[in-house]
Amino acid sequence: MDAFLHQLFSGVATGGIYASVALALVMIYQATHHINFAQGEMAMFSTYLAWTLIAAGAPYWIAFVLTVGISFVLGVVIERVLIRPMAHAPVLSVVIVFIGLLVILNSLAGWIFSYTIKSFPSPFDGVIPGNAFMSPHELGIIGVTLVVLALLYGFFRFTSLGLAMRAAALNPVSSRLAGIRVGRMLGLGWGLAAAVGAVAGMMVAPVIYLDPNMMAGVLLYAFAGALLGGIDNPIGAVIGGFVVGVVENLVGTYLIGTELKLTVALVLIIGVLVFRPAGLMGKVVVIRV
Amino acid sequence: MPALLEVSDLCAGYGAADVLDRIAFTVEEGGVTAVLGANGAGKTTLLRAVCGLIRRRGKVRFGTEAIETRATEDIVRLGLAHAPDGRGTFLQLTTEENLRVGALTRRDRAGVAEDMAKVYRYFPRLKERRQQQAGTLSGGEQQMLAIARALMLRPRLLVLDEPSFGLAPLVVQDIFSIMRTVNREDRVSILLVEQNAKLALDLADRAYLLETGRVIRGGPVAEIRDDETVRRSYLGY
Ligand SMILES: Nc1ncnc2c1ncn2[C@@H]1O[C@H](COP(=O)(O)OP(=O)(O)OP(=O)(O)O)[C@@H](O)[C@H]1O
Ligand SMILES: [Mg+2]
Repeated sequence: MDAFLHQLFSGVATGGIYASVALALVMIYQATHHINFAQGEMAMFSTYLAWTLIAAGAPYWIAFVLTVGISFVLGVVIERVLIRPMAHAPVLSVVIVFIGLLVILNSLAGWIFSYTIKSFPSPFDGVIPGNAFMSPHELGIIGVTLVVLALLYGFFRFTSLGLAMRAAALNPVSSRLAGIRVGRMLGLGWGLAAAVGAVAGMMVAPVIYLDPNMMAGVLLYAFAGALLGGIDNPIGAVIGGFVVGVVENLVGTYLIGTELKLTVALVLIIGVLVFRPAGLMGKVVVIRV
Repeated sequence: MPALLEVSDLCAGYGAADVLDRIAFTVEEGGVTAVLGANGAGKTTLLRAVCGLIRRRGKVRFGTEAIETRATEDIVRLGLAHAPDGRGTFLQLTTEENLRVGALTRRDRAGVAEDMAKVYRYFPRLKERRQQQAGTLSGGEQQMLAIARALMLRPRLLVLDEPSFGLAPLVVQDIFSIMRTVNREDRVSILLVEQNAKLALDLADRAYLLETGRVIRGGPVAEIRDDETVRRSYLGY
């Protein structure tokens, strides 16, 4: 029983990572109708940044906050320099830009930091007395994820800037007619997505170790989670991320073994695309003409 | 008193070709100007050009500002609110969030709350549906929402593209009487595109007749009403 609970909680913890990355994907999808294939590599790069800061002697949480801040700025810059000029480009061109960004960030990280695997510290250590099925780091991941999700929810739901960003993503022309600076809102969205990805990268790195390809699997699971919940539905994507984390862990442990775990993501993605393209919780937008 | 909106020599269009050809018209401070014309005459294009949504050249003055080179966002912030063709509803937001979006550029919280109460008084239907997803509102309710959202800017000029489109006659009467109140009591000037010429001319003090991108008649409503062409083509007598 303890072993099962242990797997379950590990699943929730990694699910939190997938949920965060899924949310970052959805935020950019809603604004641009594109999947940011480079989301994982952006997070990986941020994690190297944190590693560099920590190696240079910065205390963990200082490095954490700095990394989130710098990643936000980098996200804004990427939108401004690479994405905005593509605003009216055909879908395929945009996809190629995303893949180009993925490859460039990956090689850049390999070139600067080498492809050797590094360990990454966790700020959560010690033992939780009387708790055999959850490590402090897993508990920490879940806590950090919930804080990030709550902050984002509050921001989008209750602040004027959050409302302006949602409006800009949903209907750019009407937003401009309400005086909203749509371009600036898109940039902010990219910044936020990059910042959320950075947190996810720093949380997952102690578990899967730091190397330039660390996020490939995470991105696939996150994508499966986002699709499962509905690529247009932030709350659905978050739930989808958690579900994928748990399913992946349980199926990997009890059914097919860890080597084949990644196929779970693939099966989910294909299954959702074939049977339920809007996702299980895909928001059905009722449109009257 | 100088006009609030003064347009001259305005050419505009999509892609390479111009749809509008040297348009000139005015909206008086506190006045209502109606633009009439057949389908495809260029009425919607005219409103888009004024708001800077499409390529345009010529002269457009709003208050003391030349706006022909300004971005839409900046023109709106000067106090020009446009309820567009097709209503421009934020379908996934609630009714109340739609209204809040209309007021996002304002900093006077008390004034915004006042105006929210006011548009709910004008449109009680919207108040009943304040927490409802706007995509589930009926066409008429969405039209009310578009006007209400524009009013939330507390504009100097309200620009309306066919506010009666697709509405039951009684609702149209309602909306026109609200526009009259907004104009008379809230001192908002109005630029109105409308197919229902009789209602439009009853409300307006100036009117312009558009035909394939040109103004073929224009001036005070008293003159336009007596015009032979207008009577035959638009008023039907
Ligand atoms: N987005 C667009 N791209 C290209 N051409 C357009 C576009 N919108 C309108 N046009 C063209 O511009 C001309 C004027 O259209 P516009 O929509 O301004 O007419 P309108 O007077 O508003 O008509 P209606 O009464 O049907 O609303 C039409 O010939 C139309 O084909
Ligand atoms: Mg039109």
